[in-house]
Amino acid sequence: MKVGIVGYGAYIPRYRIKAEEIAKQWGDDPEAIKNGLDLYEKSVPGMDEDTITISYMAAKYALQRAGIDPKEIGALYIGSESHPYAVKPSGTVVAEALGITPDVHVADFEFACKAGSEAMFVAYSHVKAGNMKYAMGIGADTSQGAPGDALEYSAAAGGAAFIFGTENIVAEVEYTYSFTTDTPDFWRREHEFYPQHAGRFTGEPAYFKHVLSCARELMKMAGATPQDFAYAVFHMPNGKFPVRAGSILGFKKEQLLTGLVVPWMGNTYSGSSPTGLTAILDEAKPGDRILMVSFGSGAGSDGFIFRVTDRILEVRDKAPKTWEQIKSDKRMYLDYGLYAKFRGKIILRPEL
Amino acid sequence: MLTPRVYTEIPQRYRLEANKCKACGKVFFPPRLVCTCGSQDFEPYRLPTRGKIVTYTVVRTPGFVFKLQKPIVLAIVELEDGTRIMAQVTDLPPVVEDYSEIIKIGAEVELVFRKIFSEQEAGIHVYGYKCRLI
Ligand SMILES: [Zn+2]
Repeated sequence: MKVGIVGYGAYIPRYRIKAEEIAKQWGDDPEAIKNGLDLYEKSVPGMDEDTITISYMAAKYALQRAGIDPKEIGALYIGSESHPYAVKPSGTVVAEALGITPDVHVADFEFACKAGSEAMFVAYSHVKAGNMKYAMGIGADTSQGAPGDALEYSAAAGGAAFIFGTENIVAEVEYTYSFTTDTPDFWRREHEFYPQHAGRFTGEPAYFKHVLSCARELMKMAGATPQDFAYAVFHMPNGKFPVRAGSILGFKKEQLLTGLVVPWMGNTYSGSSPTGLTAILDEAKPGDRILMVSFGSGAGSDGFIFRVTDRILEVRDKAPKTWEQIKSDKRMYLDYGLYAKFRGKIILRPEL
Repeated sequence: MLTPRVYTEIPQRYRLEANKCKACGKVFFPPRLVCTCGSQDFEPYRLPTRGKIVTYTVVRTPGFVFKLQKPIVLAIVELEDGTRIMAQVTDLPPVVEDYSEIIKIGAEVELVFRKIFSEQEAGIHVYGYKCRLI
């Protein structure tokens, strides 16, 4: 029995801040950020947006494309490291708003930046096991970097939702694999506002080790080489890491560009490679194979190999496309003061 | 503490659940038990999520739960089926000199799902629909 994506959707807020604007605040060289990290601007959530509202919008678009009755969705999982509540699930609000409750299994996942691909993995597995007709996996974040930290150039807001099923598949899941170790490259303790990272440690033993190992094993399982894929997307903490990972594996930059959303959107953490995947599905041809590998600090990578079907041509225009949202003419640019207010980086006491 | 009221309003705030009179077709949002025609026979009905701005007002000194979002723009939106609802206009430029340049009467909007406000620092987040220009 074939199992795959039957509907997908991405949502990216309309507000942006440019790398220059952040660099100006902290005395950094903007050219070094743009050329060194391939980061030009990033999305900023509106003051009324969070992981719940972003997840809802991505899920709504996925439902528009799938054209199914939401009541038939048996599970809804949201992966994020910015769930609005420490205790109270994001998924219950989203499931209620979509009209999926009460006959649904709901859980919030956390695993740094790979919580979204985890949600996808579990949703896919339920359908494959025959537990339910449809299951939805969402990755969404409104990520924060500490003021003045390098992460501030990349930490962005957005998300992607995928409905898995067995009928009317737009991209079949051919293979999955996960690679996981205990690696302390990036963390945030309870009650801390901002994450800490182990600086240079985050590259080699964390990102590259996990992404490359996951991609290699997955291609081995499929008996495939990079030339067998029309597209690949790797987790995008910046514009350089995924391109370097791709090049080490033998992918050409053209195979990566469609899914390389980070230079103009930023790193949406749990939504990063999932959003890249939606950008690819917006463009891929029937028969194309796609390699996707996420990465979450702590650390692990989830990998998927998809094969696009003819049905993609019928569904892709039924909801806003990813690059159209990234490069939307509705984008609004914030200065650093407004950005600090939007993101709660200054102490806000409206009751005073 | 308004959590119980928020809870009972979930079908309307989240899913725009209205009802429609089976006798005369009139739509009520929020739903009613008796129609203006006297009938009590209703069917459930979900409002469409697109419409246009009928009129709007700019609230420059809102209550403190909305203070960080000020100015607040509230609009009467006529949805595709003719139902009129009041909704906050969101995703506006943070600095606007002349709202009539940005929001035209008749402008097309879509309803979106957003956080309406949060109950104090540690209270619940209240979600629901707003509208934004297409
Ligand atoms: Zn009536």
